[in-house]
Amino acid sequence: MIPATPMLPREEKIISIHGLRFTYEGGVVALRDINLDISSGEYLAIVGGNGSGKTTLAKNINGLLRPTSGEVVVGGRSLSGRTVADIARTIGYAFQNPDHQLFCSTVEEEVRFGPANLGYPEGEIVKKVRRAIEAMNLESHRKTPPLSMRLGERRRVSIASVIAMDPEVLILDEPTTGLDAQESSELLAKLRRLNEEGKTIILITHDMKLVAEHAKRVVVMSQGRVLLDSDPRGAFSDPELLRQSNLEPPPVALLAHKLSELGIPKDVISPEELVFQIMRERGGP
Amino acid sequence: MRALDLQDVRFKHRGSDHWALDGVSLQVEKGEFVTLLGSNGSGKSTICMLSNGLIPHALPGDLQGKVEIFGFDVKEHSVAEFSTKVGMVFQEPESQLFCMSVEEEVAFGPENLAVPREELRERVEWALELVGMKGYNDRSPFSLSGGQKQRVAIAAALSMRPDMLVLDEPAYALDPVGRLELYSVLRDLKERYGMTVVLAERDAEEAVAFSDRIVLMKAGRVIDSGPPRIVLREPSRLRNVGVTPPQLSEVAALLNARLMTTENSFLTVEEAERAITEKVLAWRMVKGR
Repeated sequence: MIPATPMLPREEKIISIHGLRFTYEGGVVALRDINLDISSGEYLAIVGGNGSGKTTLAKNINGLLRPTSGEVVVGGRSLSGRTVADIARTIGYAFQNPDHQLFCSTVEEEVRFGPANLGYPEGEIVKKVRRAIEAMNLESHRKTPPLSMRLGERRRVSIASVIAMDPEVLILDEPTTGLDAQESSELLAKLRRLNEEGKTIILITHDMKLVAEHAKRVVVMSQGRVLLDSDPRGAFSDPELLRQSNLEPPPVALLAHKLSELGIPKDVISPEELVFQIMRERGGP
Repeated sequence: MRALDLQDVRFKHRGSDHWALDGVSLQVEKGEFVTLLGSNGSGKSTICMLSNGLIPHALPGDLQGKVEIFGFDVKEHSVAEFSTKVGMVFQEPESQLFCMSVEEEVAFGPENLAVPREELRERVEWALELVGMKGYNDRSPFSLSGGQKQRVAIAAALSMRPDMLVLDEPAYALDPVGRLELYSVLRDLKERYGMTVVLAERDAEEAVAFSDRIVLMKAGRVIDSGPPRIVLREPSRLRNVGVTPPQLSEVAALLNARLMTTENSFLTVEEAERAITEKVLAWRMVKGR
């Protein structure tokens, strides 16, 4: 079962995207007319196969790329004319490869860099660094060189360095690639806690099991367009549509789909739920 | 003679005080498809690199115990000598591809062995057909999708006509459809060509359906070894060694627990569908519905 989570008020739009198109230099059209509203406190997954445009979309939200046409509004203000540093106060972005982000000689320096760069007073910096290091369980690594750490740890450092700037939104690009089962579940538990504390979390991924377990809303992308915007159940109940985006529902969703003639609901997303539904067919105690 | 024979092997990288392999015995028979399953640091990549001599020749260290590849002692023969015996495929296809065209890429290995022109062409066509990339000869490897690139990397290994293929997390960088393409090629290699395959994975979801044997590893040791149905029977045990259990194993284990049986065990969606449908229909008959 998916644990019950409190419904968050969806009134405040933190990100609003209107008619966004993006064409790379050289003419590759990566985004075609994206319209998307994301509310404060959401836990959203943007999914799609390699080349579907999901990372390009993320980089248009954090200002690393600028729309060819259309508009991205963050925190009520258009990104047009705003610097990447200014946007970074609201939107934190952790790269798929943490090594693209890490360059300092200790974890503490790495995590300090962001808030120091944003010009916070010293006392404030110390507080933000401490909070970020605690959130990612890096207390014992303060003096460790990031590049000597394991991939799972380096990813936590890269996320801590983003959290330290205290952004309202955290965008994580394929955060579990290269992590094993235990490292992944530890990281995701930390992200869930941040979401419960009010942060908006946006996962960019093609890991469908991850989406099924964690995201509350799924935006499916294919060839630079939004193909579907729904909760995970809705997304997984249509395997054909997912395949158009080079995705494949998790095996348990596929199985539920095949068992639908027996009256099993198509929108089952966990083994526990599926077995519950099968046992209902047996009836009795 | 076995494809791979490891007896009580211990290995420590030079400069490290940690045994990456800590007493591993593992035999792979010719024609067998073996999946090494384990989390990061379990030792599965070390076994891959031992199986063509990259360890100890390119990555030196303290190697103890016996390692034989098709009967040849790994310490006494070079990586080049093993290159016609063992084909290797890594996580990232980009790290392996470097030619301007798919054909050059696949021809590169045998060309270096001075294989005659006509045979070279035959080998390239055979390898490309095997991985479902026939007709892509003139394409640039860099214009291909992730799944296609990884299939070209496999073709480049196959064109050496190896007796064994070793793949270290080949689906790592692929999207779900790329993964399906890759695993259908691996299934073909087994079912149509009887190729000896050693596959290292940290997630067994797709590979269980056609592996002859799963070798479960943790911290440089073999924890369990046997047919997928046996090794994957208890999802909790997999979680304990840091491996995500296949969802279908979870469904089977939960059903067994609720029905107080041990009979359920599913390796494919189709198999699960058949078994569950039969069960549900039988329940309905009993209830007279």
